[in-house]
Amino acid sequence: MTQLLPLVLQNATARYRRTTVVGPIDLTVDGTGITVVLGPNGSGKTSLLRMMHGTARLAGGSVTWACDMATARANQAFVFQQPIMLRRSVLENLAYPLRLRGLNKSKALDQAADWADRVGLGAILTRPAPVLSGGEQQKLALARALITAPSLVFLDEPCAALDGKATREIETILTEALAAGTRLVLTTHDMGQARRLADDVIFLLRGKIHEHGCTKLFFDHPKTSEARAFLKGDIVE
Amino acid sequence: MGDLWLGIWQACVLVASADADLIEISLRSLQVTLTALVLASFLAFPLAALLTVRRFRSRRLVIAVLNALMGLPPVVVGLLVYVLLSRAGPFGVLGLLFTPTAMIIAQVIIIVPLIASVAHQSLRDLWHDYHDLLISLNVTQWQKMRTLLWDARRALLTAALAGFGRAMGEVGAIMIVGGNIDHATRVLTTAIALETGRGDFALALALGFVLIAMTVLINLAIHWLGRTEREGRW
Repeated sequence: MTQLLPLVLQNATARYRRTTVVGPIDLTVDGTGITVVLGPNGSGKTSLLRMMHGTARLAGGSVTWACDMATARANQAFVFQQPIMLRRSVLENLAYPLRLRGLNKSKALDQAADWADRVGLGAILTRPAPVLSGGEQQKLALARALITAPSLVFLDEPCAALDGKATREIETILTEALAAGTRLVLTTHDMGQARRLADDVIFLLRGKIHEHGCTKLFFDHPKTSEARAFLKGDIVE
Repeated sequence: MGDLWLGIWQACVLVASADADLIEISLRSLQVTLTALVLASFLAFPLAALLTVRRFRSRRLVIAVLNALMGLPPVVVGLLVYVLLSRAGPFGVLGLLFTPTAMIIAQVIIIVPLIASVAHQSLRDLWHDYHDLLISLNVTQWQKMRTLLWDARRALLTAALAGFGRAMGEVGAIMIVGGNIDHATRVLTTAIALETGRGDFALALALGFVLIAMTVLINLAIHWLGRTEREGRW
Protein backbone atom coordinates (compact mmCIF):
# COMPACT_ATOMS: atom_id res chain seq x y z
CA MET A 1 0.00 0.00 0.00
CA THR A 2 1.11 3.55 -0.71
CA GLN A 3 2.48 5.48 2.26
CA LEU A 4 -0.05 8.30 2.77
CA LEU A 5 0.19 8.87 6.48
CA PRO A 6 0.74 10.85 8.55
CA LEU A 7 -2.07 13.13 7.50
CA VAL A 8 -1.46 16.46 9.22
CA LEU A 9 -4.00 19.25 9.64
CA GLN A 10 -2.61 22.58 10.80
CA ASN A 11 -5.03 25.35 11.68
CA ALA A 12 -7.36 23.77 9.13
CA THR A 13 -10.62 25.67 8.80
CA ALA A 14 -13.71 25.09 6.67
CA ARG A 15 -16.43 27.66 6.10
CA TYR A 16 -19.93 27.35 4.75
CA ARG A 17 -21.58 30.60 3.61
CA ARG A 18 -19.18 32.76 5.62
CA THR A 19 -19.75 30.73 8.78
CA THR A 20 -16.88 28.70 10.14
CA VAL A 21 -18.17 25.14 10.48
CA VAL A 22 -14.89 23.49 11.45
CA GLY A 23 -11.65 24.78 12.84
CA PRO A 24 -9.13 25.95 13.32
CA ILE A 25 -8.04 22.35 13.89
CA ASP A 26 -4.66 20.76 14.50
CA LEU A 27 -4.76 17.01 14.05
CA THR A 28 -2.47 14.18 13.00
CA VAL A 29 -3.81 10.89 11.66
CA ASP A 30 -1.12 8.25 11.61
CA GLY A 31 -0.44 4.58 12.21
CA THR A 32 -3.09 1.92 11.80
CA GLY A 33 -6.52 1.21 13.19
CA ILE A 34 -9.83 3.01 13.32
CA THR A 35 -10.35 6.60 14.39
CA VAL A 36 -13.92 7.42 15.34
CA VAL A 37 -15.18 10.99 15.28
CA LEU A 38 -17.96 11.62 17.78
CA GLY A 39 -20.04 14.69 18.38
CA PRO A 40 -23.58 16.03 18.27
CA ASN A 41 -25.33 17.03 15.04
CA GLY A 42 -23.82 20.14 13.53
CA SER A 43 -20.53 19.72 15.38
CA GLY A 44 -18.66 19.51 12.06
CA LYS A 45 -17.97 15.77 11.80
CA THR A 46 -18.81 15.51 8.10
CA SER A 47 -17.01 18.76 7.30
CA LEU A 48 -13.90 17.50 9.10
CA LEU A 49 -13.96 14.28 7.10
CA ARG A 50 -14.46 16.17 3.84
CA MET A 51 -11.68 18.56 4.71
CA MET A 52 -9.30 15.67 5.32
CA HIS A 53 -10.46 13.92 2.14
CA GLY A 54 -9.95 17.09 0.12
CA THR A 55 -13.52 17.62 -1.07
CA ALA A 56 -14.21 20.59 1.23
CA ARG A 57 -12.30 23.73 0.34
CA LEU A 58 -10.05 24.99 3.10
CA ALA A 59 -10.78 28.50 4.30
CA GLY A 60 -7.50 28.53 6.17
CA GLY A 61 -4.63 26.37 7.38
CA SER A 62 -3.30 23.30 5.62
CA VAL A 63 -3.83 19.59 5.11
CA THR A 64 -0.65 17.71 4.21
CA TRP A 65 0.16 14.09 3.44
CA ALA A 66 3.32 12.02 3.49
CA CYS A 67 3.08 11.90 -0.31
CA ASP A 68 2.00 14.36 -3.01
CA MET A 69 -1.67 15.35 -3.21
CA ALA A 70 -2.41 13.44 -6.43
CA THR A 71 -1.09 10.18 -4.94
CA ALA A 72 -2.98 10.85 -1.72
CA ARG A 73 -6.27 11.43 -3.58
CA ALA A 74 -5.77 8.29 -5.63
CA ASN A 75 -5.22 6.12 -2.55
CA GLN A 76 -8.12 7.10 -0.37
CA ALA A 77 -11.88 6.69 -0.56
CA PHE A 78 -14.99 8.18 1.00
CA VAL A 79 -18.24 6.44 1.95
CA PHE A 80 -21.17 8.81 2.27
CA GLN A 81 -23.93 8.69 4.86
CA GLN A 82 -26.49 8.48 2.06
CA PRO A 83 -24.94 5.97 -0.35
CA ILE A 84 -24.64 7.41 -3.85
CA MET A 85 -25.57 4.74 -6.34
CA LEU A 86 -24.73 5.00 -10.01
CA ARG A 87 -27.68 4.16 -12.22
CA ARG A 88 -26.09 0.86 -13.09
CA SER A 89 -26.17 -2.71 -11.89
CA VAL A 90 -24.47 -3.84 -8.68
CA LEU A 91 -21.66 -5.35 -10.73
CA GLU A 92 -21.13 -2.20 -12.81
CA ASN A 93 -21.16 -0.01 -9.70
CA LEU A 94 -18.38 -2.12 -8.22
CA ALA A 95 -16.40 -2.17 -11.45
CA TYR A 96 -16.66 1.61 -11.93
CA PRO A 97 -13.60 2.72 -9.86
CA LEU A 98 -11.51 0.00 -11.50
CA ARG A 99 -12.60 1.09 -14.97
CA LEU A 100 -11.70 4.70 -14.07
CA ARG A 101 -8.19 3.44 -13.33
CA GLY A 102 -7.93 1.90 -16.76
CA LEU A 103 -8.48 -1.75 -15.88
CA ASN A 104 -9.97 -3.62 -18.83
CA LYS A 105 -13.64 -4.45 -18.66
CA SER A 106 -13.47 -8.21 -18.17
CA LYS A 107 -10.86 -7.99 -15.39
CA ALA A 108 -12.80 -5.20 -13.68
CA LEU A 109 -16.02 -7.23 -13.81
CA ASP A 110 -14.23 -10.33 -12.45
CA GLN A 111 -12.86 -8.37 -9.50
CA ALA A 112 -16.25 -6.73 -8.98
CA ALA A 113 -17.94 -10.14 -8.86
CA ASP A 114 -15.38 -11.33 -6.27
CA TRP A 115 -16.05 -8.30 -4.09
CA ALA A 116 -19.80 -8.71 -4.46
CA ASP A 117 -19.43 -12.26 -3.12
CA ARG A 118 -17.27 -11.05 -0.24
CA VAL A 119 -19.86 -8.53 0.92
CA GLY A 120 -22.85 -10.80 0.35
CA LEU A 121 -24.18 -9.21 -2.83
CA GLY A 122 -23.21 -12.09 -5.12
CA ALA A 123 -26.80 -13.14 -5.71
CA ILE A 124 -27.93 -9.74 -6.98
CA LEU A 125 -25.15 -8.79 -9.37
CA THR A 126 -27.42 -7.67 -12.18
CA ARG A 127 -29.93 -5.82 -10.02
CA PRO A 128 -30.02 -2.01 -10.52
CA ALA A 129 -28.18 -0.47 -7.57
CA PRO A 130 -30.70 2.34 -6.91
CA VAL A 131 -33.44 -0.20 -6.08
CA LEU A 132 -31.43 -2.04 -3.39
CA SER A 133 -32.34 -1.78 0.28
CA GLY A 134 -30.50 0.71 2.50
CA GLY A 135 -28.26 -1.98 3.98
CA GLU A 136 -27.42 -3.44 0.57
CA GLN A 137 -26.65 0.02 -0.81
CA GLN A 138 -24.32 0.77 2.08
CA LYS A 139 -22.53 -2.57 1.63
CA LEU A 140 -22.19 -1.84 -2.06
CA ALA A 141 -20.86 1.67 -1.38
CA LEU A 142 -18.36 0.22 1.07
CA ALA A 143 -17.21 -2.50 -1.33
CA ARG A 144 -16.91 0.10 -4.12
CA ALA A 145 -14.71 2.21 -1.84
CA LEU A 146 -12.53 -0.76 -0.86
CA ILE A 147 -12.21 -2.40 -4.27
CA THR A 148 -9.22 -0.28 -5.25
CA ALA A 149 -7.42 -1.25 -2.01
CA PRO A 150 -7.09 2.31 -0.70
CA SER A 151 -4.70 3.05 2.15
CA LEU A 152 -7.25 5.22 3.93
CA VAL A 153 -11.05 5.27 3.91
CA PHE A 154 -13.30 7.95 5.38
CA LEU A 155 -16.78 6.81 6.36
CA ASP A 156 -19.52 9.26 7.23
CA GLU A 157 -21.98 7.48 9.52
CA PRO A 158 -21.85 4.27 7.51
CA CYS A 159 -24.47 2.53 9.64
CA ALA A 160 -26.94 5.39 10.08
CA ALA A 161 -30.53 4.12 9.75
CA LEU A 162 -29.41 0.49 9.48
CA ASP A 163 -30.69 -2.30 11.70
CA GLY A 164 -28.52 -4.49 13.91
CA LYS A 165 -27.93 -7.21 11.32
CA ALA A 166 -26.91 -4.77 8.59
CA THR A 167 -24.71 -2.87 11.06
CA ARG A 168 -22.95 -6.11 12.03
CA GLU A 169 -22.37 -6.96 8.37
CA ILE A 170 -20.89 -3.50 7.71
CA GLU A 171 -18.68 -3.76 10.79
CA THR A 172 -17.43 -7.17 9.63
CA ILE A 173 -16.42 -5.66 6.29
CA LEU A 174 -14.67 -2.81 8.10
CA THR A 175 -12.80 -5.22 10.34
CA GLU A 176 -11.66 -7.21 7.31
CA ALA A 177 -10.51 -4.01 5.58
CA LEU A 178 -8.59 -3.09 8.70
CA ALA A 179 -6.94 -6.51 8.76
CA ALA A 180 -5.92 -5.94 5.14
CA GLY A 181 -4.08 -2.80 6.25
CA THR A 182 -6.57 -0.05 5.45
CA ARG A 183 -6.67 2.88 7.86
CA LEU A 184 -10.24 3.94 8.69
CA VAL A 185 -11.67 7.22 9.93
CA LEU A 186 -15.39 7.19 10.59
CA THR A 187 -18.08 9.27 12.20
CA THR A 188 -20.94 7.79 14.16
CA HIS A 189 -23.68 8.59 16.64
CA ASP A 190 -23.66 5.00 17.86
CA MET A 191 -21.67 4.83 21.09
CA GLY A 192 -21.72 1.04 21.02
CA GLN A 193 -20.16 1.08 17.58
CA ALA A 194 -17.51 3.54 18.72
CA ARG A 195 -16.63 1.28 21.67
CA ARG A 196 -16.55 -1.81 19.42
CA LEU A 197 -14.47 -0.36 16.60
CA ALA A 198 -12.45 2.64 17.71
CA ASP A 199 -8.76 2.62 18.51
CA ASP A 200 -8.89 6.33 19.19
CA VAL A 201 -11.73 8.81 19.49
CA ILE A 202 -12.03 12.43 18.44
CA PHE A 203 -14.77 14.32 20.25
CA LEU A 204 -15.87 17.28 18.18
CA LEU A 205 -18.00 20.13 19.45
CA ARG A 206 -18.91 23.39 17.72
CA GLY A 207 -16.34 22.69 15.00
CA LYS A 208 -13.42 22.20 17.38
CA ILE A 209 -11.70 19.11 18.78
CA HIS A 210 -12.61 18.92 22.45
CA GLU A 211 -10.87 15.64 23.13
CA HIS A 212 -8.69 13.24 21.20
CA GLY A 213 -7.40 10.10 22.82
CA CYS A 214 -7.57 6.34 23.08
CA THR A 215 -11.02 4.83 23.24
CA LYS A 216 -10.86 3.38 26.74
CA LEU A 217 -9.57 6.61 28.21
CA PHE A 218 -12.23 8.67 26.46
CA PHE A 219 -15.13 6.48 27.54
CA ASP A 220 -13.87 5.77 31.07
CA HIS A 221 -12.31 9.11 31.94
CA PRO A 222 -13.53 11.93 29.72
CA LYS A 223 -11.59 15.09 30.43
CA THR A 224 -14.15 17.76 29.69
CA SER A 225 -17.59 18.35 31.17
CA GLU A 226 -19.07 18.48 27.64
CA ALA A 227 -17.67 15.02 26.82
CA ARG A 228 -18.97 13.67 30.13
CA ALA A 229 -22.41 15.11 29.42
CA PHE A 230 -22.34 13.73 25.84
CA LEU A 231 -21.44 10.25 27.06
CA LYS A 232 -24.17 10.41 29.72
CA GLY A 233 -26.68 11.08 26.96
CA ASP A 234 -27.34 14.68 27.89
CA ILE A 235 -28.04 17.17 25.14
CA VAL A 236 -24.82 18.92 24.25
CA GLU A 237 -24.82 21.79 21.76
CA MET B 1 -65.39 16.61 -42.37
CA GLY B 2 -65.60 15.20 -45.89
CA ASP B 3 -61.98 16.15 -46.60
CA LEU B 4 -60.92 14.48 -43.35
CA TRP B 5 -62.46 11.10 -44.20
CA LEU B 6 -61.29 11.42 -47.79
CA GLY B 7 -57.81 12.17 -46.47
CA ILE B 8 -57.81 9.08 -44.25
CA TRP B 9 -59.10 6.96 -47.13
CA GLN B 10 -56.55 8.38 -49.56
CA ALA B 11 -53.76 7.82 -47.02
CA CYS B 12 -54.77 4.16 -46.79
CA VAL B 13 -54.87 3.87 -50.60
CA LEU B 14 -51.46 5.54 -50.98
CA VAL B 15 -49.87 3.26 -48.39
CA ALA B 16 -51.65 0.11 -49.63
CA SER B 17 -50.69 0.76 -53.25
CA ALA B 18 -47.07 1.53 -52.23
CA ASP B 19 -47.26 4.76 -54.23
CA ALA B 20 -43.78 5.40 -55.66
CA ASP B 21 -43.87 9.18 -55.06
CA LEU B 22 -45.05 8.68 -51.49
CA ILE B 23 -42.27 6.19 -50.80
CA GLU B 24 -39.67 8.51 -52.34
CA ILE B 25 -40.63 11.60 -50.33
CA SER B 26 -41.15 9.56 -47.15
CA LEU B 27 -37.68 8.04 -47.44
CA ARG B 28 -36.19 11.46 -48.15
CA SER B 29 -37.95 12.87 -45.08
CA LEU B 30 -36.47 10.10 -42.99
CA GLN B 31 -33.02 10.40 -44.54
CA VAL B 32 -32.84 14.16 -43.99
CA THR B 33 -34.33 14.07 -40.48
CA LEU B 34 -32.38 11.10 -39.14
CA THR B 35 -29.09 12.45 -40.54
CA ALA B 36 -29.81 15.83 -38.94
CA LEU B 37 -30.75 14.09 -35.69
CA VAL B 38 -27.54 12.06 -35.53
CA LEU B 39 -25.36 15.09 -36.29
CA ALA B 40 -27.27 17.30 -33.87
CA SER B 41 -27.02 14.67 -31.11
CA PHE B 42 -23.25 14.41 -31.59
CA LEU B 43 -23.05 18.17 -31.06
CA ALA B 44 -25.74 18.64 -28.43
CA PHE B 45 -24.99 15.83 -25.96
CA PRO B 46 -21.32 16.69 -25.32
CA LEU B 47 -22.28 20.37 -25.18
CA ALA B 48 -24.94 19.63 -22.55
CA ALA B 49 -22.50 17.48 -20.56
CA LEU B 50 -19.82 20.16 -20.73
CA LEU B 51 -22.25 22.81 -19.50
CA THR B 52 -23.19 20.47 -16.64
CA VAL B 53 -19.75 19.68 -15.27
CA ARG B 54 -17.63 22.66 -16.28
CA ARG B 55 -17.79 25.91 -14.34
CA PHE B 56 -16.80 29.01 -16.30
CA ARG B 57 -17.69 32.66 -16.03
CA SER B 58 -20.32 32.94 -18.78
CA ARG B 59 -21.82 29.48 -18.19
CA ARG B 60 -25.21 30.73 -17.04
CA LEU B 61 -25.40 33.11 -19.98
CA VAL B 62 -24.62 30.27 -22.41
CA ILE B 63 -27.36 28.12 -20.84
CA ALA B 64 -29.84 31.00 -21.01
CA VAL B 65 -28.98 31.63 -24.67
CA LEU B 66 -29.28 27.92 -25.45
CA ASN B 67 -32.72 27.81 -23.84
CA ALA B 68 -33.75 30.92 -25.74
CA LEU B 69 -32.58 29.38 -29.01
CA MET B 70 -35.08 26.54 -28.54
CA GLY B 71 -37.63 29.01 -29.86
CA LEU B 72 -35.52 29.90 -32.89
CA PRO B 73 -37.89 30.74 -35.78
CA PRO B 74 -37.22 28.10 -38.49
CA VAL B 75 -37.96 30.55 -41.29
CA VAL B 76 -35.19 32.84 -40.05
CA VAL B 77 -32.80 29.87 -39.79
CA GLY B 78 -33.75 28.92 -43.35
CA LEU B 79 -33.10 32.46 -44.51
CA LEU B 80 -29.70 32.60 -42.81
CA VAL B 81 -28.64 29.22 -44.22
CA TYR B 82 -29.92 30.38 -47.63
CA VAL B 83 -27.77 33.52 -47.48
CA LEU B 84 -24.73 31.53 -46.39
CA LEU B 85 -25.14 28.85 -49.07
CA SER B 86 -26.34 31.06 -51.94
CA ARG B 87 -23.96 31.63 -54.82
CA ALA B 88 -22.96 35.05 -53.47
CA GLY B 89 -22.62 33.76 -49.89
CA PRO B 90 -19.44 32.60 -48.12
CA PHE B 91 -20.21 28.91 -48.73
CA GLY B 92 -21.76 29.36 -52.17
CA VAL B 93 -18.83 27.65 -53.81
CA LEU B 94 -19.90 24.35 -52.21
CA GLY B 95 -23.07 24.33 -54.31
CA LEU B 96 -25.21 23.01 -51.47
CA LEU B 97 -28.27 25.22 -51.86
CA PHE B 98 -31.41 23.31 -52.91
CA THR B 99 -29.91 19.97 -51.89
CA PRO B 100 -30.84 17.63 -49.04
CA THR B 101 -27.52 18.61 -47.41
CA ALA B 102 -28.71 22.21 -47.08
CA MET B 103 -31.92 20.92 -45.50
CA ILE B 104 -29.89 18.84 -43.04
CA ILE B 105 -27.77 21.87 -42.10
CA ALA B 106 -30.89 23.95 -41.41
CA GLN B 107 -32.45 21.18 -39.33
CA VAL B 108 -29.27 20.68 -37.30
CA ILE B 109 -29.20 24.40 -36.45
CA ILE B 110 -32.85 24.27 -35.39
CA ILE B 111 -32.68 21.15 -33.21
CA VAL B 112 -29.24 21.42 -31.54
CA PRO B 113 -30.48 24.00 -28.96
CA LEU B 114 -33.61 21.94 -28.27
CA ILE B 115 -31.72 18.65 -27.76
CA ALA B 116 -28.93 20.33 -25.78
CA SER B 117 -31.37 22.14 -23.46
CA VAL B 118 -33.52 19.09 -22.73
CA ALA B 119 -30.37 16.96 -22.28
CA HIS B 120 -28.84 19.57 -19.99
CA GLN B 121 -31.87 19.46 -17.68
CA SER B 122 -31.52 15.68 -17.28
CA LEU B 123 -27.75 15.75 -16.90
CA ARG B 124 -27.96 18.54 -14.33
CA ASP B 125 -30.31 16.44 -12.17
CA LEU B 126 -28.01 13.45 -12.47
CA TRP B 127 -24.94 15.59 -11.72
CA HIS B 128 -26.66 16.77 -8.56
CA ASP B 129 -26.99 13.10 -7.49
CA TYR B 130 -23.48 12.07 -8.57
CA HIS B 131 -21.49 15.20 -7.69
CA ASP B 132 -20.05 14.14 -4.34
CA LEU B 133 -19.19 10.63 -5.49
CA LEU B 134 -17.44 11.71 -8.68
CA ILE B 135 -15.52 14.47 -6.91
CA SER B 136 -14.53 11.97 -4.23
CA LEU B 137 -13.34 9.50 -6.88
CA ASN B 138 -11.23 12.30 -8.32
CA VAL B 139 -12.47 11.72 -11.87
CA THR B 140 -11.42 13.92 -14.78
CA GLN B 141 -13.83 16.24 -16.59
CA TRP B 142 -13.89 13.84 -19.52
CA GLN B 143 -14.71 10.88 -17.24
CA LYS B 144 -17.48 12.91 -15.57
CA MET B 145 -19.00 13.72 -18.94
CA ARG B 146 -18.80 10.12 -20.11
CA THR B 147 -20.34 8.82 -16.87
CA LEU B 148 -23.21 11.30 -17.01
CA LEU B 149 -23.91 10.71 -20.69
CA TRP B 150 -23.92 6.94 -20.25
CA ASP B 151 -26.03 6.85 -17.10
CA ALA B 152 -28.53 9.38 -18.47
CA ARG B 153 -28.80 7.63 -21.82
CA ARG B 154 -32.51 6.99 -21.54
CA ALA B 155 -33.25 10.60 -20.69
CA LEU B 156 -31.03 11.60 -23.61
CA LEU B 157 -33.13 9.39 -25.83
CA THR B 158 -36.13 11.50 -24.88
CA ALA B 159 -34.16 14.65 -25.74
CA ALA B 160 -33.25 13.14 -29.10
CA LEU B 161 -36.87 12.19 -29.75
CA ALA B 162 -37.95 15.77 -29.02
CA GLY B 163 -35.43 16.87 -31.63
CA PHE B 164 -36.65 14.22 -34.03
CA GLY B 165 -40.24 15.42 -33.68
CA ARG B 166 -39.23 19.01 -34.28
CA ALA B 167 -37.11 18.15 -37.32
CA MET B 168 -39.64 15.76 -38.83
CA GLY B 169 -42.38 18.39 -38.70
CA GLU B 170 -40.17 21.24 -39.89
CA VAL B 171 -41.28 22.99 -43.07
CA GLY B 172 -40.30 26.68 -43.13
CA ALA B 173 -36.52 26.39 -43.21
CA ILE B 174 -36.28 23.36 -45.48
CA MET B 175 -38.73 24.91 -47.93
CA ILE B 176 -36.37 27.91 -48.26
CA VAL B 177 -33.06 26.04 -48.47
CA GLY B 178 -34.39 22.92 -50.21
CA GLY B 179 -36.73 24.60 -52.66
CA ASN B 180 -39.26 21.73 -52.58
CA ILE B 181 -37.92 20.38 -55.87
CA ASP B 182 -39.70 17.24 -57.11
CA HIS B 183 -37.47 14.12 -57.00
CA ALA B 184 -34.70 16.17 -55.38
CA THR B 185 -35.61 17.96 -52.19
CA ARG B 186 -39.33 17.34 -51.72
CA VAL B 187 -40.20 15.85 -48.34
CA LEU B 188 -43.50 15.09 -46.63
CA THR B 189 -43.93 18.47 -44.96
CA THR B 190 -43.10 20.52 -48.05
CA ALA B 191 -45.36 18.26 -50.13
CA ILE B 192 -48.19 18.89 -47.67
CA ALA B 193 -47.62 22.66 -47.98
CA LEU B 194 -47.62 22.34 -51.77
CA GLU B 195 -50.83 20.28 -51.95
CA THR B 196 -52.57 22.63 -49.52
CA GLY B 197 -51.58 25.55 -51.77
CA ARG B 198 -52.99 23.72 -54.74
CA GLY B 199 -56.25 23.16 -52.89
CA ASP B 200 -55.94 19.36 -52.80
CA PHE B 201 -56.77 19.11 -49.11
CA ALA B 202 -57.49 15.41 -49.22
CA LEU B 203 -54.02 14.57 -50.56
CA ALA B 204 -52.43 17.05 -48.11
CA LEU B 205 -54.28 15.35 -45.26
CA ALA B 206 -53.30 11.92 -46.53
CA LEU B 207 -49.64 12.94 -46.52
CA GLY B 208 -50.17 14.42 -43.06
CA PHE B 209 -51.52 11.12 -41.73
CA VAL B 210 -48.57 9.28 -43.24
CA LEU B 211 -46.21 11.79 -41.55
CA ILE B 212 -47.92 11.31 -38.18
CA ALA B 213 -47.86 7.52 -38.53
CA MET B 214 -44.16 7.54 -39.42
CA THR B 215 -43.30 9.81 -36.49
CA VAL B 216 -45.25 7.68 -34.01
CA LEU B 217 -43.83 4.41 -35.35
CA ILE B 218 -40.24 5.66 -35.20
CA ASN B 219 -40.76 6.99 -31.65
CA LEU B 220 -42.17 3.63 -30.59
CA ALA B 221 -39.34 1.77 -32.29
CA ILE B 222 -36.70 3.90 -30.59
CA HIS B 223 -38.40 3.48 -27.21
CA TRP B 224 -38.51 -0.28 -27.76
CA LEU B 225 -34.89 -0.46 -28.86
CA GLY B 226 -33.83 1.81 -25.98
CA ARG B 227 -35.67 -0.45 -23.50
CA THR B 228 -37.14 2.64 -21.82
CA GLU B 229 -39.06 2.03 -18.58
CA ARG B 230 -37.86 -1.55 -18.33
CA GLU B 231 -34.92 -1.54 -15.97
CA GLY B 232 -35.58 -0.54 -12.40
CA ARG B 233 -36.16 3.11 -11.63
CA TRP B 234 -34.44 4.75 -14.56
